[in-house]
This record gives sequence, structure tokens and C-alpha cells, in this order.
Amino acid sequence: MMVAFQKGADGVYVVGCLEGECHFLTGNLRAKKKVEYAKKLLDEIGVGGERLAMYNIAASDGPRFAEVAREMHEKIKAQGPNPIKGATLNKKAA
Amino acid sequence: MTVTQETKTINLTIDGQQIKVIEGASVLEAAQQLRINIPTLCYHKALPSYGACRLCLVEVSQSGGRPSLQASCTYPAQEGLIVKTDTEQVIKTRRIMAELLLARCPDSDEVKRIAKELGVEKIRIKPKHKDCLLCGLCVRMCHDRMGRGAIGFAYRGSNREVQPAFDIQSDVCQTCGACFSICPTQAIKFEKITKNKPRPILSEYDSGLRERPVAYIPYPQAVPKLAIIDEEHCVSLQTGECKVCQEFCEAGAINFDQKEEILKLDVGSVILASGFKPYDPAINDTYQYSRFSNVVTSLEFERILSASGPYQGHLLRPSDEKEPKTIAWIQCVGSRNTHVADKGYCSGVCCTYAIKQAMVAKEHSDTPLDTAIFYIDIRTYGKDFEKFYNRAKDDVGVRFVKSRINNILPGDEEGDLKIRYTNEAGRIAQEEFDIVVLSVGLDIPQESMDLAQKMGVELNNYNFVSTKTFEPVRTTKDGIYICGAFQGPKDIPETVMQASASAAASSSLLSSQRHTLTKEREYPDEIDIAGQEPRIGVFVCHCGINIGGVVNVPEVTDYASRLPNVLVADNNLFTCSQDTQDKIKERIEEFKLNRVVVASCSARTHEPLFQDTIRDAGLNPYLFSMANIRDQDSWVHQSDKEGATEKAKDLVRMAVANAAESSPLYRTKLPVIKRALIIGGGIAGMTAALNIAGQGFEVVLVEIEKELGGMGRKIHTTLQGDNIQNYLADLIEKVTQNEKIEVLTETIVVDFSGTKGNFKTALTVGPAMYHREVNHGALIIATGALEYKPKEYLYGESDAVKTQVELEDILSREESRIKEWKNVVMIQCVGSRNQENPNCSRVCCQQAIKNAIAIKEINPDINIFILYRDIRTYSFLEDFYRKAREMGIHFLRYREDEEPTVEQEEAKIQVTFKDLTLGREIKMSPDQLILSAGVVAGDTQELASILKVPLTSERFFLEAHVKLRPVDTQSDGIFICGMAHSPRLIDETISQALAASSRACTLISQDAIEVGGVVAKVDPDLCAACLICVRACPYEVPFINEDGVSEIDISKCHGCGVCASECPAKAITLSHFEDTQILAQIDALLEAG
Repeated sequence: MMVAFQKGADGVYVVGCLEGECHFLTGNLRAKKKVEYAKKLLDEIGVGGERLAMYNIAASDGPRFAEVAREMHEKIKAQGPNPIKGATLNKKAA
Repeated sequence: MTVTQETKTINLTIDGQQIKVIEGASVLEAAQQLRINIPTLCYHKALPSYGACRLCLVEVSQSGGRPSLQASCTYPAQEGLIVKTDTEQVIKTRRIMAELLLARCPDSDEVKRIAKELGVEKIRIKPKHKDCLLCGLCVRMCHDRMGRGAIGFAYRGSNREVQPAFDIQSDVCQTCGACFSICPTQAIKFEKITKNKPRPILSEYDSGLRERPVAYIPYPQAVPKLAIIDEEHCVSLQTGECKVCQEFCEAGAINFDQKEEILKLDVGSVILASGFKPYDPAINDTYQYSRFSNVVTSLEFERILSASGPYQGHLLRPSDEKEPKTIAWIQCVGSRNTHVADKGYCSGVCCTYAIKQAMVAKEHSDTPLDTAIFYIDIRTYGKDFEKFYNRAKDDVGVRFVKSRINNILPGDEEGDLKIRYTNEAGRIAQEEFDIVVLSVGLDIPQESMDLAQKMGVELNNYNFVSTKTFEPVRTTKDGIYICGAFQGPKDIPETVMQASASAAASSSLLSSQRHTLTKEREYPDEIDIAGQEPRIGVFVCHCGINIGGVVNVPEVTDYASRLPNVLVADNNLFTCSQDTQDKIKERIEEFKLNRVVVASCSARTHEPLFQDTIRDAGLNPYLFSMANIRDQDSWVHQSDKEGATEKAKDLVRMAVANAAESSPLYRTKLPVIKRALIIGGGIAGMTAALNIAGQGFEVVLVEIEKELGGMGRKIHTTLQGDNIQNYLADLIEKVTQNEKIEVLTETIVVDFSGTKGNFKTALTVGPAMYHREVNHGALIIATGALEYKPKEYLYGESDAVKTQVELEDILSREESRIKEWKNVVMIQCVGSRNQENPNCSRVCCQQAIKNAIAIKEINPDINIFILYRDIRTYSFLEDFYRKAREMGIHFLRYREDEEPTVEQEEAKIQVTFKDLTLGREIKMSPDQLILSAGVVAGDTQELASILKVPLTSERFFLEAHVKLRPVDTQSDGIFICGMAHSPRLIDETISQALAASSRACTLISQDAIEVGGVVAKVDPDLCAACLICVRACPYEVPFINEDGVSEIDISKCHGCGVCASECPAKAITLSHFEDTQILAQIDALLEAG
């Protein structure tokens, strides 16, 4: 997740199965914790934790997946580009 | 259009591009091959061209000749022809055509869309507002493809019209609807053409709530997921005409010559699993199902709730698609009723599904939703189902109304429904609802009855297959076994168990033939790719028009061929077809490829196929990567072809990057010890032991007590009247005499290690208490359960208070004592369905009824009062509940919060409880009070911790999946059966024991098991033994080995990657999902933007 931001991703979201329905028992709950942690780090370094999100969607629920994709797209569009991208570009320019 | 040698070909130029087509093709078809877009309206691939709409005009000329405007759909391609599709003249003329069409049909969405696409917005002439465009599609379709000619053109010039001959309703119309579906302006009026009423074909899967086409995929999860043609409604199969679908299926998969075949198979055994059909409430329409569209069956409601259902998961009612505010469920429709359709049995599943539906409906509803379940008894007797009921009642707020329904009437508002019912106090009440759901029961379809008759299998009085208590999967015909709802109403866990059980019974019969028809697949030796640079081949799939119609496949292929490490890129019409598979193998050889990428559909369905293909060409299957450019791209971005093409490139680039980083993985074979260990020598353990031995494997049966038999020793008869003690004696005899079974009594398990196929269990064997180790491939837990020892109702203090098990002992030995009794009271749910033990013990209702009937038979004058909360005589047990009431046994309900009280009054005891019908307290002084004490788990904690198998909060063993893996535990190779799993009756215990045996034999019948592949591995040099992986693993696999570092047993690892993601030192990697692969994909994704 962090590497993606470092490489210039404007937003990242993780999609897991519904809570309690993980194929690997508790994997999605662990992922949730990690996403929460990474959000904090992103806030600290000024990228902004809101660029990262986790959603739980049932494998059969295509419409919800599309809804989330649109929601995330709008959210990130409103945020503008990832500041890291600007920073690395500036450095290159300099 | 494929170019073959026999046909003559023609070369022409369109917009400067050369194209070769077969003789007879039109200019339009030639342009379509070049993906040049020409607007059309009256053109249809399956019909001869007509040139009516003139939208497809193009400029054509022979070299040096004068250009002229021609309709491209009717103009044949000619050698040397020069075609221009986008000159000013062409575009201008097309606009005029569009404007004329729009003036004729200004209200048609399709005409508006085309006009807008061509930039026409205003009409300069007076609009005519006609429905019909006179494109002739319907006329041609009816005449040329349907062979009918029910409609044609009448009159001339501006009076021209489409109508049946003489404008009289036609006799030749077959109401196939082809004209209707092809008409671009919805101008077809059936009533003008035919006397017949068009009949929509209703989707069986959506319970008739919406329509379906004639060629269709029955439902999204269908296996195999292939389209079928409905013979009854297909014009071609009925008349030999039409065959339009063949023009569109690019794979050429439609074969109308296919005929029903009769196959003869030689088999040693047959398993019947034909299931049930939902009861049809229209037959005896007590609840006005046929009259009111808002009275729906539970199956229809299930579709209403489904995301793939008629309303896309929005909670709406059928009559007016209004969001409901109130929904009622009526239970026992087609169940527990001998007066209507002779459905005397309980369907067993409807209470739980109604509760589920009420909870899901509340969740789906945006506004607060009132849900009410009208019931006779709530029968949530399955494992942990009672907790689910409590949650619905107490937390979610589903209302439960104990009642008898009188009738359903129209409500005050249009579409609403009024339920009139008699409540528990015997008064008539009424309530209005937006939707009424009928909880329909399980019924046996006529086809199943016919099948049973053909096979000589006897059915019971309700048309379910007859079985005996002690042989629950054996039919009356030798070699034919039964499972699922055709044997009796049951839910998914019981069905799955019984399915395994019938497999076990059948396998035992056929064990000598095991593997005789198995064929081993042979692969070439694997090519060693160590030290080689990645050499990648990319295969991009058109999937007919599925991908190719949206994504520009040639462009993606060309793009892929220029990606790093890619030596060759091809595109194919269907990559999964046999010829393409061969082509992939040829390419691997030709270009010495060491990685393969396929860009097509879902890895879920097709990865194994492609992995197998590259394995056949000598490559390790893990050197394959897949990009899903169909489900994740062409299907979801149909309206944005360019965007979809760009996304396909992104996905392919990522897959190529992933492939370059992938490395071969190997699976190791571990030999399997062909022996099972069973813990627990009751009915469950012994049944499993006999079946495993019958399938030809050794068994060690461990029992903690001195003698075999378990709980079965204390129960004398079943409700159906079978003699348990005789059965048990016979079973013990068979087990002890079987030379493949070793019985160890007074034995406990002290240690356990190993993995599936290779376990080692340490035992202490009494009475000498010596130590013994057993190696075995599978383990079955059959430790049973205990009867609850009541703390309530003066049990243990008064001789007049006994449990049902103690009563059975009296019944079997002291009949004379029973003859002296005048009044007996039984209290149900003692030690069940309370705070301490929230579960239903499942067996006590039938046990009370069994004993009450037995007492009444011995002493007909006795008064028996059964104080109950819900009587749970599910399935055919309901017959005995009815019999008990007919015999005059009194059933009186008490509420959970108003439990009866018992006091000692001098020599007698006095029972006080509140009768809910009278609304008053009643005192009784019975000679005997019988407590229906529930079932509690035995002392399982120590065993569970030795075996590392989880328990439920009530200390029953926990299955891997409630519905789909009901006898498996989370540890592979360890299975559960009998009361160790949950309270159950003897026939259910036997079924489950056979199921556990089946699962164990599936494992130990293999010579070796393959382990490894996608598993986690530890780099010992980086491991700091911090124990994070040990704690994080959901399967408790990692351990600290003798060298003081973490070790992961590949035979236990599920490959979830939790350890790899948690390891702070990055000492753990998950094969096939390594950091390098994931980072390469991120790099590839982001390098474009």
C-alpha cells in the first residue's frame, strides 16, 4: 500500500470479503487493522489517510463493487493528485 | 468471416485500408471487418439486406470512375472498389436521412439516439409522429426466418403500412415475438396481428417474477455455466425455421441436430439425490396466493431479496414495486396439516429460513421495517440455530406471533393485505401488511415418485423414500442409497452429511472396485528454466464478441508484443478452445518460452486449464499468469471502448510484470497411512468404525469407558418403536468380531501430533495403564454428549422428580409402578434454551412424546400434561405429536419468562404454571414430575486442546463450515460425528458417522497426498523468533523449531499469507505472491500514469 503511494498512486483501496466470511478465517480483519495503521502513517507524512480505504463487499455483489469504485474515484478526484508525485517530479526537475 | 481456399475472394479499399472479403459480401460487411463504424437501422445480420433506411450510405467508385452514393448494406464488394465512409457528402446525406427518419418517428428512442449520434437535433419538416419506421425488419424476420409471413407491407407511397393480410388478425402468426423483439421503435401491436395472447416465458430461477429468453443460462451459479435452449419455446426446434442464434454465435456452438440420447451405464450402486420441490400454495389456495400478487412464496421472496433477483436486491413488492413498510411470514404452508394436501409432516427448515429472511429484509430496507412471523411452534432445533432465533427476537426486533391464520383479505389501501388470525388467548385479531410471505414446505415432485417406482424403491405415506432408523441412507432396494430431502425434509448441513453418508454406504459395497476406472494423467518432463531470462508469450482472447466487441484486441496484442521480455503475442477468437491450446504449446516450443500470460476471462474458471496446457508443454504450472480483461474490463466498460482498451493494456502489462517475477513451485508427495483412529465407542464411533473397515481400512477404536455403547446404553426404544438395545448388542458384536477393527476400552488420548495422512496419537490404555502409540492417516471424534443433571424443580430432592432417561429405565423394568400413577407432568426445555445453555437440545420433545405415549399405552386412564415452550417434532416426528394429542395427552405452553414452579407439599409435589389460553395460574399435584433434561457436551476441553481442534462456546466440537463442511474440522484429516458435534437423534447420528467415515476414507484411500505449492516459507537467517507468526496464523501452523527459528509445515499451511504480511523481519514469503511479484505489478500499473 505504501509503495503504491510512493510510486505515485493517488488513491488505493483494499476490498475484502464481508467481515466474518473470510476464506482464511480472520484475514480480512487483519487487513483492516493494517489499512487503519497505514492511514495513520499517510496522515503523518502529509499524503492524507483518506486516500486509502478498505471496503468489505460480498463476492456476489457486483453493483456494490461498482458503487464503491465510483465513490472512491470521486473522493480521490476531489483530493487532487498525490503530493508525493509532485515532490518527486519537482526533484527531477531540479 | 473466415477466408477459405474454395471461395473466391475480392480485394477492395475502404478509407484507404485494404481488405479481402469473400465474394458476395457487402461493402458494409467489409467495413465492419475493418472496425469502421457505419450507422445502420434497417440492417440485421440474420436478414437479407433491404436498403430501406439509407443511413449506411457510403461513397463508392472504381478507380478513375465517378464516385456515387450507395447504401453499403446492399452494395456488393467488387474487385478494386474504392469506398469512402466519411466524406463531407456522405455525412451530409446521412444527416438528411436521419432527419427524415426523425420527422417520421420523433418519439422513438432508437431513432433519437441515431440522429443525435449523427449530429441531427432539429427537424426542419413537420413531424408525423408515426410508430412505424417502415424499416421492414419485422416483415423480413417473419417471412424469411420464421417462415410465416404473418405481416407484410400494405398500400403504397405515403400510405404504406405494416399489417397482416387484409388487416385481419392472422391465422399463421405463431406469437413467437420475433417481430416484436427486432422492431427498433416498439411499433408492433400483437392484438392487430393475432388473436393469440403473447405469453412471456417466466424465469424458473426467479420463481416467475421476471421473464427469461428462450436461449438462456439458468442461473449465475449454474455448473456448467452454459447456455441452454428451451425446446418448448424455440421456434427452430418446433418448426425448423429461425436459427438466428447460429448467425451470432461466433464459436459455432449451436447445434440443432443434437438429440436426446439414451445412455446405458453399468454401475454397482445408485444414489438417489433428486431433492424436493417447494410446495405449491395455489393447489389449495387458503392464503389467496393466486389472487393477490403481494402474497408471495418464500422462494419468490428469496429472489426479491437477491442482488441478482428481479429488483437487483431492492426490497420492493411485486404489485406496484413500492417499498414495503410491513411484511408478514405465515409458517407451515404445506406442512403440519393433514387436512390440506395430506402434508402431515413438518418441513423442518421453514422456521429458520423465515427468520433469516426477516432479518435480511430489515437489513435491506432503507426505512424501518416491521416484520412479523405468524407461527405455531418455532422450530430452530439445528446447531446454534436457537441463538439465531434469539438474536432475531431480542436484538433485531423481528416479531413472533403465535397464532392460527383464519384468512387473508384485501387491505384498505390498494395492494395491501389484511391477515385475520386467532391469537394465543383464543381471540380473533387482524393486522395489515404490504407483503405476505408464505413459508412453503418441502414437497416431492411427481418425477421423483416415478423414478422411485421405476427403480423399485418404496416410498412412505408422504412420498418420501422409506428408510429404517438404523439404516438411514439405505432404500428398500439393495445397492440403492438415498440422501437429501427426498429421504425426508432437512436443511443444508443434514443434507450434506447424508450425501457423504450415502457415499460411504455405497463405497463400502464397492470397495473392491476402488480406483479400477482411474486413469493417471501423464506429463512430459519439466524444462529446467534456472538461470534463464524471462521469455514471455502473451495470448489475448477475443472471447467472440465478449471481449473483442469492446476492447480493441489487435491493438492490445500489438501493445503486448512490445512489452519487456515478451517474445511473442497472439490473439485468438477463443483462447480456451482446443486448437488455441495446441497453438500455445507450439509457441512455447517455437520461441522457447518460459512464461505464459493469457489475457481473457476469470482465473477462477480458466487458470487450471491454462496451467495444464503449459504443463503439457513442459513448463511448471506456476509460470503462468492471467489478466482478466473480460469480467473486469469488457463486461463492465461496454460504453467506453477506448477506455476499456487502455485498461486491458494496463492489466496485460501488470500480468506480464508478474510473470517475469514468477518462479517454478513444486508440490511434494507424502505417503498416507491407511488407518483411522476413532475416539468414542458409542453408536457414532462404532458405525464409523464398521464402515471404514467395510471400505477395507484398519481402524483403532478408543473408548474411555469399560464397555462400548455410550449414551445408547441408556435409551431403550426410538419414537418409531425400534429396539435400541438389540441394535446396540448387534453393533457391538459386529465391531468386536471385525478383524480390521482394534477396540481399546478404558483408554484415553494423551498426546497427538502430525498432519493429515500422517498422524501419531499417544494413548494410555487401561486397566493396566500402559502407553501406546498409534500411527494413522485420519481421526474421527465421536465422544458423544451427556444428559443434563437438573439443578431446578427439586430434582435430586424428591423421588417424584425424574429425568426422561430415568423414566425410560422405569418404563423398561417397572410397568406396575406406572399403572399406579394418575397424573404425570413433564416439563420441557430443562437445561436448554436458557441463559446457561442457549441451544435447543433437539431430542427432548420427541423423547417426551415417546415416553408419554408409552405411559398412556400402559395406563390409558392416566392424565399426562406436557408443559412446553415450542414442540419441536420436526420432519415425520410430527405424526407422533399428532398421535399423542389424539390419545389425549395435554400440551400446555409456558413462556420463557414465566417458568413453572415446583414445591414440595407434604408427601406430594405441586407444580404451578400460567396457562396462556386461560390466562390464569394452574396448580397440579402429579404423582410424578418428569424433566426433559437437555443435552450437554461432555468434558471435551482437554481432548480439544490435545487435538488443537476448536470448540463452540457450549463445548461441542466446531465444524469447518456449518453448511458445506459439517463433519470436517478446521484441521485437515480430523472429522466429527454424533453428539460430539451437536445433539441429534439416532438416525441422524448414524448418518453423520457414515459421513465422517466417508470423509476419512476419501483421505486414507489415497496412496499419497500432494502438499506445498502456494505456501509460506521462512528464511531462517532472517528469523528472530519473535513469535508474531506463531500468534498470527489462523491455523496455528508456525512453531519455533529445534534451531530456535520459526518453521512452517507445508502440509498444514493454507497459503493465506497472514504470517508473511505480519513478519517484521520479512523472513517469511508467500510463494507465488512474493513481494517482488506484487511490487512489479504496482510498478507496471503506475508507470503509465
